[in-house]
Amino acid sequence: MAEKRKERGTVICNNEISKGIFDMWVSTTEIACMAVPGQFVMLYCEDGSRLLPRPISICEINPDGCAIRLVYRIAGKGTEEFSRLSEGMPLTLLGPLGNGFPKKEGASFIIGGGIGIPPMLELAKQLSGEKQIILGFRDVQFLTEEFLPYGTVYIATEDGSAGTKGNVLDVIQENGLTAERIYACGPMPMLRAVKEYAAGHNMECYVSLEERMACGIGACLGCVCKSKEVDGHTNVKNKRICKEGPVFLAGEVEF
Amino acid sequence: MNMEVDIAGVTLKNPVMTASGTFGSGEEFSEFVDLNKLGAVVTKGVANVPWEGNPTPRVAEVYGGMLNAIGLQNPGIDVFVKRDIPFLKQFDTKIAVNVCGRSAADYCEVVERLSDEPVDLLEINISCPNVKEGGIAFGQSAKSVEEITREVKKYAVQPVIMKLSPNVTDIAVMAKAAEAGGADAVSLINTLTGMKIDIHRKAFALANKTGGLSGPAIHPVAVRMVYEASHAVKVPVIGMGGITDAEGAIEMMLAGASAVSVGTANFQDVTVTEAVVRGIEEYLLLQGVSDVKEIIGAVR
Repeated sequence: MAEKRKERGTVICNNEISKGIFDMWVSTTEIACMAVPGQFVMLYCEDGSRLLPRPISICEINPDGCAIRLVYRIAGKGTEEFSRLSEGMPLTLLGPLGNGFPKKEGASFIIGGGIGIPPMLELAKQLSGEKQIILGFRDVQFLTEEFLPYGTVYIATEDGSAGTKGNVLDVIQENGLTAERIYACGPMPMLRAVKEYAAGHNMECYVSLEERMACGIGACLGCVCKSKEVDGHTNVKNKRICKEGPVFLAGEVEF
Repeated sequence: MNMEVDIAGVTLKNPVMTASGTFGSGEEFSEFVDLNKLGAVVTKGVANVPWEGNPTPRVAEVYGGMLNAIGLQNPGIDVFVKRDIPFLKQFDTKIAVNVCGRSAADYCEVVERLSDEPVDLLEINISCPNVKEGGIAFGQSAKSVEEITREVKKYAVQPVIMKLSPNVTDIAVMAKAAEAGGADAVSLINTLTGMKIDIHRKAFALANKTGGLSGPAIHPVAVRMVYEASHAVKVPVIGMGGITDAEGAIEMMLAGASAVSVGTANFQDVTVTEAVVRGIEEYLLLQGVSDVKEIIGAVR
């Protein structure tokens, strides 16, 4: 069983890198040493009226410096509270949670869409083999340049302001890209399209899903997704995104 | 200092239990909490067959609380008996199995299956607001509360706790009905039916539209109902609803609860149950009380 810890971390820095998107490094003692790409942490609000922790994907891991990077979007009052944290302030977190991306050999597409891009950065860093990194944005880009050292980066924007006008699959088509495997995280419509593309091209495809969560550790059954087969734990066709996921083989889950 | 309490002949080492549905069968939380330190673990509801539960989103946060509409997803009694009971037996704590069903026969089947299992207490969930059949349907009229209690008692070997719904006109009437049906204890409150609307998407926050409200927002309602129920019946009352710390637990006991369950607070702090036990001990020490039973119903 993967180990996880509840820790009191300290904010190293927390800056807005794009409208409503924040980039925070947090020093932790053990979480940074245990985390793998694709895992997430739960962040707890200090304001007691907000009970539930917020699941945030891990963008980068610095085990030597005992720190993790979290790039998150303000989606409500909890993330708004986090955005006001500044250097030196304490933050309670639980993690690392869930299962990350399996690191396989061979040529891969690393596909990220919107706020699904951050977890792909640590994956891009740790994955070996040929990597074609395809990032989809509505309009304004973030983190793009940080992917450059790890593979060939392609951009899709919905408004055509940069890269291919359209979505991540348009990028693959336009550039005639091929790979053996896909790793993807992003909005549901993107993941559905990627899953269909992978099935059509007989490619192995790993997707990272998200859902509203309460406990984050597999106890409350709040964050399930439909699975193709009866799940070994739940004994029904539901898998817990926080525990069996958030990364799944696209073919084992229905979305 | 004596922290032991008695629920229908079962001695708990302390009055702190977990609230059904917030703690699974303890396995996930055992990474953070020493289950040996708890009075009892109350499992998530289990039915005669596996239930898939409701569509997602199943949870939503509200000010000072949360809504859930999990829909009693559970693996069914066969897997539960094979996996969850042996897991819990490793610990020196009491096991209370929460039982759910769509019909009286479903409840009785589960209760009968558990008759030769090493579990200490049965908690019958007649108060889940998130399923179409069963659940709350049994808990909203005194007549059906009494009937289902009587039916379940025919098959039960272990003491039966009836878990009551706050979504009723008079909780005292329901507690009395459970007692009349032969309940060995009652537990309350389950969640209050609520609703949240996302104004930006102009849509319900939960796929089920309505969900059960829990968390500190409901605590005063729970304290009032525990007070009313404990004055209405002779059987022990187990108090729950929005307990986040020792203060909330002690309040509930002063109102008349013989034991308490901590639920939603487990999401806010995975280690909260142990902290509640410690906090009650500190309170007793401060108050110069040597036996926790002395505070049960002390505020009249």
